[in-house]
Amino acid sequence: MKRSTVERLAPWITTLALLMLWQLSIMAFHVESFVLPTPIEAIEQIYTNRYPLMVHGLATLGTTLLGFAFAVVFGLMLGILVGSFRLAYVSLYPILIGFNSVPKAAIIPVLVIWFGVGTVPAVIAAFLLSFFPVVVNVSTGFATIEPELLDVLRVLGATRRDMIVKIGIPRSLPFFFASLKIAITLSFVGTVIAEIIAGNNGIGNLMLIASSNFNVPLVFAALLVVGVMGVGMYAIFAALETRFTSWSVRGAGLGVEYAAGG
Amino acid sequence: MAFIEIAGVDLRYGGQPGADDGAGTLALANASLTVGRNEFVSIVGPSGCGKSTMLKLISGLVRATRGGVRVAGEEVRKPLKTVGMAFQNSTLLPWRNVRDNVLLPLEIVEPYRSQPKSEMAAKRKRADDLLATVGLGDFGDRMPWQLSGGMQQRAQLCRALIHEPAILLLDEPFGALDAFTREELWDVLQNLWLHTPCTVILVTHELREAVYLSDLVHVVSPRPGRVIASNAVPIARPRTLGMTFQPDFVDLVHACRHHVSAGNAT
Repeated sequence: MKRSTVERLAPWITTLALLMLWQLSIMAFHVESFVLPTPIEAIEQIYTNRYPLMVHGLATLGTTLLGFAFAVVFGLMLGILVGSFRLAYVSLYPILIGFNSVPKAAIIPVLVIWFGVGTVPAVIAAFLLSFFPVVVNVSTGFATIEPELLDVLRVLGATRRDMIVKIGIPRSLPFFFASLKIAITLSFVGTVIAEIIAGNNGIGNLMLIASSNFNVPLVFAALLVVGVMGVGMYAIFAALETRFTSWSVRGAGLGVEYAAGG
Repeated sequence: MAFIEIAGVDLRYGGQPGADDGAGTLALANASLTVGRNEFVSIVGPSGCGKSTMLKLISGLVRATRGGVRVAGEEVRKPLKTVGMAFQNSTLLPWRNVRDNVLLPLEIVEPYRSQPKSEMAAKRKRADDLLATVGLGDFGDRMPWQLSGGMQQRAQLCRALIHEPAILLLDEPFGALDAFTREELWDVLQNLWLHTPCTVILVTHELREAVYLSDLVHVVSPRPGRVIASNAVPIARPRTLGMTFQPDFVDLVHACRHHVSAGNAT
């Protein structure tokens, strides 16, 4: 087989192998399905509950994307601010680190007191979990600009705005796209946690109801759906990354072929 | 009259700005240098002697701790707009192709900056013409990493010159190149300068390079730096590589080397 074919098939084969390992170990150790279902049972549940899973899955996807969109806009602005002004960096970074160390699950009950049960706390949770990597990456992109690059513009009498637009932003794009791939997966985590704690729809809510009915196979079916949505969004942003920052990827780094995540 | 004038400048890095309190590293001490309009001068000296610092002073990137820098009779207080600069490392922006890199100054410097979009075609033509004069006519669409080191430096020279600056500051632009490429680029630079004269200050380690290209070679002492000797180069232009083996050329190189060693000994 050609090398590119192998690479295209590798993720599928690995996934399939892990599912088989899961299936075989449950058969070998006679685990009850209300403790841990087999993947086949979980996939059966996806089929039988396809309509509720689709409705709740789309709700979760919508909530996640909304929170993620806020995170991208806010994270980008804050990252540029923190990355280009020393004073902003010094004064904001400790707060950001401290804030990100707080477990977000602990904040959700407070959000419920403020905004009630439903979509709003889930959007906020998705936002809170995912903006931090965007800020850190974008500000790193800005803070690591080679001083000579800035000197080139500075001797021409460029304004700070010129330097941000002509150098800072394009220079940080690879960092930005890398952070999007992390942020989108964290967004899903935030949404599902909020839905479990305080949702009235969404995959998390469906999982909560399923587990209180001891329908563990359905819980796993829901987890698989979230996982697939996460991989799908990741692939989209990985493709955008290759499209917009091809200049930063010249070829195999460290002997590892560059994979677009697909 | 002197076009560029550095008069009795001290420059201290790492201390409090403006406060001459003896803290930090003294890079320049009582340094003076004058350059006439459209003159080509070189600054040579041991490494760390403050050569690059002089360029930064002239361009306005750093301010003197004591003393003053004047360009065209005006005190330099902030970065000048009539300067082009090229560095030892390639500072081409990796996300732009070669042509767009060369066009960068026209996006910053007036009057080009506020010109309408319709001027774009003319500007691109100008960039391509300039690239052609350094032998990169067919490389406008390439990305910087697709070019060899020497080609990247040629492109950098084009970028430094596209807005027709009055002053060209070169900070060891050929330092990272092999000997053959370097000598090729000497001629490229000489031709550019003969074609459109401007005031050039070249910082270099290479004494042959300094003598080959300059009207005047200034030797700077070890840190804290100041100019300890100035050697005029009375060789006619255009100079050719053959001349570098003539006795008068070799003597000039030896004279410069002697001054550098003498500076080191004190």
